[in-house]
Amino acid sequence: MASDKVKTVTDGDFGESTKSGLVLVDFWAEWCAPCRRLSPTVEQLAEDYNGRLTVAKMNVDENPVTPPNFMIRGIPTLLLFKDGDLKETVVGLADKADLVRMIDKHL
Amino acid sequence: MIHERQVIIIGSGPAGLTAALYAARANLSPLVIEGVEAGGQLMLTTMVENWPGFRDGIMGPELMAELRAQALRFGAEIIQGDVASVDVSSRPFTLNVSGKTFHARSLILATGASAKWLDLGVDKQLSGRGVSTCATCDGFFFKGRRVAVVGGGDTALEEAIYLAKLATEVTVIHRRDTLRASKVMQDKAMATENITFIWNTEVTDIKDLAKGEVTSLVLKNNQTGVASELPVDGVFIAIGHTPNTSLVRGQVELEDNGYVKTHRGSRTSVPGVFAAGDVQDHIYRQAVTAAGSGCMAAIDAERYLSGTGH
Repeated sequence: MASDKVKTVTDGDFGESTKSGLVLVDFWAEWCAPCRRLSPTVEQLAEDYNGRLTVAKMNVDENPVTPPNFMIRGIPTLLLFKDGDLKETVVGLADKADLVRMIDKHL
Repeated sequence: MIHERQVIIIGSGPAGLTAALYAARANLSPLVIEGVEAGGQLMLTTMVENWPGFRDGIMGPELMAELRAQALRFGAEIIQGDVASVDVSSRPFTLNVSGKTFHARSLILATGASAKWLDLGVDKQLSGRGVSTCATCDGFFFKGRRVAVVGGGDTALEEAIYLAKLATEVTVIHRRDTLRASKVMQDKAMATENITFIWNTEVTDIKDLAKGEVTSLVLKNNQTGVASELPVDGVFIAIGHTPNTSLVRGQVELEDNGYVKTHRGSRTSVPGVFAAGDVQDHIYRQAVTAAGSGCMAAIDAERYLSGTGH
């Protein structure tokens, strides 16, 4: 992973990882080309918001429990949590400027 | 003095990158602007079996990575950005890219085409909730479930065949009674056990928006007018593409069907503006024809810049 500021989350620690503060979770898989395309943007957000936003990735191949809980039927999907509550859902590719606007609303 | 590029290429699919390769080799130092869908439609495919020179096929994303590397090797510059606006009414042409201004003496439009939606409204609202335009991206989530594919062309059958490996049942819904898809794809789909076809039928509604997931499709037979409901967990829309022309609408001439109008190769109605690939091609729409037209656009641009063309 290009940025060490992006945390890897799993079914096991998902609840714990998202329960406080602002957390952006990127659901992805190796075989998903648009996910690879979105990755640099997500990593950039982790750098830009260092300390104010936790950026995490979840591999949907390795974690079968969490994606269905949020009815994820397509990736990439970004979920934004604030203190454990789901605030925003972004499906598919997204422009960095749009994501910045979305995150800033909840800071 | 403003820095002026010889040529700016918008788009990085087979057309844009081939134009970049040829323009770079002609010493035009092209700048390629790739958007969020960088690499184009091939990024969403698996094995490409009809790209000449690869008898065993090549993976779409791998082909695009090779094309990109090849363009870079000869000096093309590729930047990521969202082109907010293009002005070709005065020279040099002006582009606004993610808040920065660029100037160019010539422009190659290779913005491609994007998957069409059903125009029901509900299909977009349930996008990522069971409605998809990309089986290779989202098929994974429908393992052991029932899905439908809407459409009758090559893309629709490709999606159906891919999904048949994951889903229990795949129903192809087509508004006519014959397929537009190539014979090879038709034979492959017909021979797949868990693919069935519903003919002369259109999707009029997708349920269930209130639940935020797909539970069924409301169908209407366009011959008999009879309505029915098909329970599915997902629906993949493959009814064709619309050209991405919003940047130049009103500035260059478009065909009645919305594609950029070209003449004598890749020339558009504005001298110095060229178009290549799916943004100007509603007939062939192949990776190899897109690449071919990208080559033409680069050569046309070079001749225009040296004052011998147009």
